[in-house]
Amino acid sequence: MQWETVIGLEIHTQLATQSKIFSGSSTAFGAEPNTQASLIDLAMPGVLPVLNKEVVRMAVRFGKAIDAEVAQRSVFARKNYFYPDLPKGYQISQYELPVVGKGMVEITLEDGSSKRVGVTRAHLEEDAGKSLHEDFHGMTGIDLNRAGTPLLEIVSEPDMRSAKEAVAYAKKIHQIVTFIGICDGNMQEGSFRVDANVSIRPKGQAELGTRAELKNINSFRFLEKAINFEITRQIDVIEDGGKVVQETRLYDANKDETRSMRSKEEANDYRYFPDPDLLPLEIDEAFINEVVATMPELPDARRARFESQYGLSAFDADQLTGSRAQADYFEAAAQVGGDAKLTANWVMGDLAAALNRDATDFAHSPVTAVALGQLVARIKDDTISGKIAKDVFAAMWAGEGGADEVIEAKGLKQITDTGAIEALVDAVLAANPEQVENYRNADADKQPKMLGFFVGQIMKQSQGKANPQQVNALLREKLG
Amino acid sequence: MELHERSIAQLSAGLRSGEVSSTELTKHMLQRIRMHDAALNSFITVTEELALTQAKAADARIADGTAGALTGIPIAHKDIFCTRDVRTSCGSRMLKDFVSPYDATVVENLQRAGVVMLGKTNMDEFAMGSSNETSHFGPVRNPWDRETVPGGSSGGSAAAVAARLCIAATGTDTGGSIRQPAALTGITGLKPTYGRCSRWGMIAFASSLDQAGPMTRSAEDAALMLTGMAGFDERDSTSAQRPVDDYVAALGQDIRGVRIGIVREFMGEGLDAGVGASIQVAIDELKRLGAEIVEVSLPNAGLSVPAYYVVAPAECSSNLARFDGVRYGHRCAAPKDLEDLYKRSRSEGFGPEVKRRIMIGTYALSAGYYDAYYLKAQKIRQLIADDFRKAFAECDVIVGPTAPSTAFRIGEKADDPVSMYLSDIYTIAVNLAGLPGMSIPVQPSAGMPVGLQLIGGLFDEARLLNVAHQLQLATDWHRQAPAGF
Repeated sequence: MQWETVIGLEIHTQLATQSKIFSGSSTAFGAEPNTQASLIDLAMPGVLPVLNKEVVRMAVRFGKAIDAEVAQRSVFARKNYFYPDLPKGYQISQYELPVVGKGMVEITLEDGSSKRVGVTRAHLEEDAGKSLHEDFHGMTGIDLNRAGTPLLEIVSEPDMRSAKEAVAYAKKIHQIVTFIGICDGNMQEGSFRVDANVSIRPKGQAELGTRAELKNINSFRFLEKAINFEITRQIDVIEDGGKVVQETRLYDANKDETRSMRSKEEANDYRYFPDPDLLPLEIDEAFINEVVATMPELPDARRARFESQYGLSAFDADQLTGSRAQADYFEAAAQVGGDAKLTANWVMGDLAAALNRDATDFAHSPVTAVALGQLVARIKDDTISGKIAKDVFAAMWAGEGGADEVIEAKGLKQITDTGAIEALVDAVLAANPEQVENYRNADADKQPKMLGFFVGQIMKQSQGKANPQQVNALLREKLG
Repeated sequence: MELHERSIAQLSAGLRSGEVSSTELTKHMLQRIRMHDAALNSFITVTEELALTQAKAADARIADGTAGALTGIPIAHKDIFCTRDVRTSCGSRMLKDFVSPYDATVVENLQRAGVVMLGKTNMDEFAMGSSNETSHFGPVRNPWDRETVPGGSSGGSAAAVAARLCIAATGTDTGGSIRQPAALTGITGLKPTYGRCSRWGMIAFASSLDQAGPMTRSAEDAALMLTGMAGFDERDSTSAQRPVDDYVAALGQDIRGVRIGIVREFMGEGLDAGVGASIQVAIDELKRLGAEIVEVSLPNAGLSVPAYYVVAPAECSSNLARFDGVRYGHRCAAPKDLEDLYKRSRSEGFGPEVKRRIMIGTYALSAGYYDAYYLKAQKIRQLIADDFRKAFAECDVIVGPTAPSTAFRIGEKADDPVSMYLSDIYTIAVNLAGLPGMSIPVQPSAGMPVGLQLIGGLFDEARLLNVAHQLQLATDWHRQAPAGF
């Protein structure tokens, strides 16, 4: 039988506010346990939540970025369940009336075609704390630093038909939330968490199959793997005469498999009801207009601008706007480098490779955008060749200083003095009379290749510092 | 007149003139608590040392001329208000050793005004009860007849004010918890408009209904206390962002022409005849003072008790989830696992009435029942608010009985929750509509106090206080004191 996969994603984006959604505590990551938990985060008796206005601004920004309706009135509700890292015994979330309604994003598929994926809703809620099961000898430690961190949960329509589409959609949302500055997008630290609802159905069938919800996915690569594993698992279950049960499954990256966590029968009755401690969230036209007026450039717009302003190819522009950090990095470097195309090549080439190799990212690059720009400028003004620049870059990456410093310290400045180059050329020609003879007797179409031998010798003699264009010109002249 | 018999205004004058110091006054009141409270059990905690420190500070303010009307006045707080470094038990075993790390806004506001806190008063557990019998710290006795209840849930505050163990007290009112005990103990109690006093630091029972208010011996004292308690608080999103009226200045107005509405539905079946007669005497007195008496109707008022017993338990079932034995409060000994920790900590920490309401509320919010109970109750709430709106088109203040009977005997209704719930039949609608309500003592019935309830439109506290004050100027029902105190 031919099976069709149906995927919907729930993405929790941690909003990049300074303080929590309902308290003044800091949201900074990595502090000592429970040092960022106030009376409110601890759910002391008698405390009350007060909504952080910045959170609303960010939610509206997202809503407008995906062309969604922003609700004039939305309501916070309590989701009731007991867990030690949920101090109040309920999570404040939005249920029936979310702040962001239906919207849409466009994703590009591998074959270059594009597809629209619907966003059902996005709602605000608070994060829970963390339970720490290690280091406590059979006991559980609770860290409430994360409790109350603002989240925007973005729920898609079940519009995706393959793991690749799901990844493309997740990347698109990642790109949007980072470009508009509402989320740092860090998947390892849990700032951007993707849960996938996966089901299969016989091709052509209209009604949806029973879905499993996949959790614990912390990279796009794992998202693809988890979904593909799950599709195979569900097909196997059904083809073996079984039934897919509605359940939550955890993805285990080490084993590359999904495992049942809890079934629908074990699911909580959350007893949602409007939180009486918070008034309905009213958003007026003026507030929305203000958010729109201050909306950062969206990824699609930025990509188009990269093509028109910098004369980049569609491919380069697309690559460079893969993340806001990369786009920001590129623009800052290009401004200093004075050559957008060359800068683009460096950003997408050597820099990206080095970042990848050392498992870091644009925001944390040891070579800053300005430093890379200075390196590009030295290539452009012929101080160094592109080849030497690779060595300079390696030294810069290793922390040996800026481009000029490294060039100076290592004596890598290019030789452009015609007299000096001519002396090198003459010496090499004199030392290789046989090759000179062969060259002169060769067919014209073989000569360019043979020229390479002399260029190589000269570059070797000059330790790569001779200006290659000048070397080529002189050789051709002298070999006549 | 003895110190403890004087009004806040009289004491304030005495403090300023140097006739008496706050320290002397505070010592006098502490002495009275020592002498009488064993018979009443109105205090859970007496903060003697802190009271004397605050009295000393008040004396200094009086001396340097920065004192206000409440500076140096010894009061008590219901033990539902968080008080920094002082035990805040909420009448529960769950919090019997809980020392709050912070002050409630109402406590802070009154502290800024310079009051002296004598201690924390007894109450029904988590404010759930109408007789003060559900307290983990034992029942409070009514100073008028120690075999009877003082009402609840602010029974400790009511008994302490009635017995003159404190000059005034704070209370909270979710369905009648200020007004009903005020009625049963013969004092003045005011539940302000929802949002008038901040709920920050007031341990939540039912968040959409809870409201703090003063419990005093007169409307004038209530006006002074409310002035010290009320105000917008940015820490409470539901607190009202509007200036506090000048309640004291409003007290001097003649009530001639004020339209007093009598609710038809409140004067009939279920009302004790003696209480009804006392209420009629008070209405006649208002008429004599020039008020115009009109009859109004609240056709949906009969639905208020059932609606309340869905909404309040629903909210409480969620509000009380934080008492889980994890971070503070009672934790069972040697829990086997998480489930065991939750089950035993909560089973041991909560009393039967609290458990009953948590279970009712959990049920009402459950999938499949939510629409039938919670949503329907919210609709009734709207109908009741609309009834009041219509009634206030025809009158300025509604009056009627606060409670259907005088104080009942301890134990009489303890095993019959529905009959207990009905003792709030006249007060609950006011909370559901968010309106201000007040109870003042009128002519006793068979030697026991009777309360007249006054209900106003939203934020109409000043008018309520004035009508009550005018009645108190013309009568001396509020001056009667229980024998032996």
